Amino acid sequence: MRMPDTSEILLQVEGVSLAFGGVKALRNVSLDIRKGEIRAIIGPNGAGKTSMLNVINGFYHPNRGAITFKGRTRAQMQPFEASRGGIARTFQNVALFKGMSALDNIMAGRTLKMRRGLLWQMLRYGPALAEEIEHRHRVEEIIDFLEIEPIRKVPVARLPYGLQKRVELGRALAMEPDLLLLDEPMAGMNLEEKKDMSRFILDVNDYYGTTIALIEHDMAVVMDLSHRVVVLDHGVKIADGTPDEVKKNQGVIDAYLGIAH
Amino acid sequence: MLYREAGQFKTTYAEDMAIFPIHQDRIALAILLGIAFIGVPLLADFDIWPFGSDYLLRAILLPFLILALAAIGVNILVGYCGQISLGSGAFMAVGAYSAYKLGTGVHIPLAWLGFAISIPPLPVLLSILLGGLTAAVVGILFGIPSLRIKGLYLAVATLAAQFFFDWVFLRVAWFTNYAPSGSVNAPTLDFFGLNVGTPIERYMLCLIFVTVFAFLAKNLVRGNLGRQWMAIRDMDIAAELIGIRPLYAKLTAFAVSSFIIGVAGALWAFVYLGSWEPLAFSIERSLQLLFMVIIGGLGSIMGSFIGAAFILILPIMLNLLPTQLGVPLSTETITHLEFIIFGSLICYLLIKEPHGFARLISIGKEKLRLWPFPY
Repeated sequence: MRMPDTSEILLQVEGVSLAFGGVKALRNVSLDIRKGEIRAIIGPNGAGKTSMLNVINGFYHPNRGAITFKGRTRAQMQPFEASRGGIARTFQNVALFKGMSALDNIMAGRTLKMRRGLLWQMLRYGPALAEEIEHRHRVEEIIDFLEIEPIRKVPVARLPYGLQKRVELGRALAMEPDLLLLDEPMAGMNLEEKKDMSRFILDVNDYYGTTIALIEHDMAVVMDLSHRVVVLDHGVKIADGTPDEVKKNQGVIDAYLGIAH
Repeated sequence: MLYREAGQFKTTYAEDMAIFPIHQDRIALAILLGIAFIGVPLLADFDIWPFGSDYLLRAILLPFLILALAAIGVNILVGYCGQISLGSGAFMAVGAYSAYKLGTGVHIPLAWLGFAISIPPLPVLLSILLGGLTAAVVGILFGIPSLRIKGLYLAVATLAAQFFFDWVFLRVAWFTNYAPSGSVNAPTLDFFGLNVGTPIERYMLCLIFVTVFAFLAKNLVRGNLGRQWMAIRDMDIAAELIGIRPLYAKLTAFAVSSFIIGVAGALWAFVYLGSWEPLAFSIERSLQLLFMVIIGGLGSIMGSFIGAAFILILPIMLNLLPTQLGVPLSTETITHLEFIIFGSLICYLLIKEPHGFARLISIGKEKLRLWPFPY
């Protein structure tokens, strides 16, 4: 597997704690994501993996700790600021725009790149039309890449689950993100769909050079795909390293298999 | 001849993104526009039935066009952006009264400052458009709560707009130029020196307005802004994550929607009613517009037209039918029957097809494409 060329750190999470009332979702967690790598976040149910992603893209505001993204440190930010900064994500339970076609969903991912104002769009003439066509070109490249050409005009609510996940990945890719957060991209998929999705993830990383942070429960997939793995359990980081290191870690084995009492 | 796409190859994205990418649809639209722009005036000119009397033009086509325009406005807000509004009647009223004020001259005496703001009467076209603009500003103001509240609660907040403006136009005499009866008359309809007076002229005027606005609205909803509105409607959290600002998306939807509704309100007052009082824009008008959009099809420009036609024409048909069939019924019975049949039809339709007529048509088209095969 291709290893990331740089050790430059794209995102640094330092001492983040997050609590909902009495529930401590994250306790003093620090981790870094290097530019160009595929970083997996794993852990048993309720370990705080999704909370971690939500903190990174500004959904949750941590009680303590700071996040440094592209050299800028901040305690909290709004979701649209995160997207402006180049963080895209997909959701555990697909969060597509159900009433729109696959094409429109992915086109919506280009919102930030489109500049023409209301009046131009209303006329849909000249620069506005040119802009629309230019972005359609980019979106068609993504559609091509994800092999979803036949369904581009289908309302996403009618698509099977596996394809919906693919469209959602397409929408995130349309943002041309620097950091792509994938929350269980393979949940509920069969073996074949998992293989396809793994291929897309590797290709995205390889072809576009996108840094990827993913949460996944399928250990075989995680160990094969990722460059480095961080393990959370009950909101605490218990291991961090290459897949091989993590596999041998006694704390990780205990967390997953339980300890004899 | 058949409704088929076979052989219609698109070689550019521009062709694929046309409003009507299918050739047969374009022909159908051309025929429809031809009838509306050329056929109807010709028939009316030669006094051919059913245009022999002005009834059809004045009592059916004119209100249909204006309310269809208002329904497009409501559909942008409710159907595309998913913000339920019960204040459409109020936005129509704002459009109508501000157009009236601008058309008859605005005079604001600021005695304590020692001067007065006076604007001479503006041309009718300008005052109608500025009336729409005023409605847009008011729409933005009453859209601000939508940033914090959703669904039924927002509906109640917009209801406040309805009752507020009902009250304002009834009680603040300045808006009605101190007319003792509270009823006001529209200025004469002069467009670039051309007087619009006869029913057919009024029809053409409204038709031009509706066609232009429908076209612009269609462009908006299939462009970037339209996608932002629909994204907010379908999943606001995910929308925020791809960089859509709810503030911008919701308030532009309120602004565009209220602008169109305001223009429709000004047309309703100036062209259809001629003289009116605040009752013309009551809560019933808001509900009527909302029903049009729901029955015609949420999130469909064409649906707005179908909904307007259904809501307007069906009661008239129900009213005429017993007399045409020669069934002797008292007027009260007819009125009651009208309500009963109308109500049950709406219930039936919404149960069978909650997405309205527009969805029925698109399903029909899909079937037609494959006909005679099931798939």
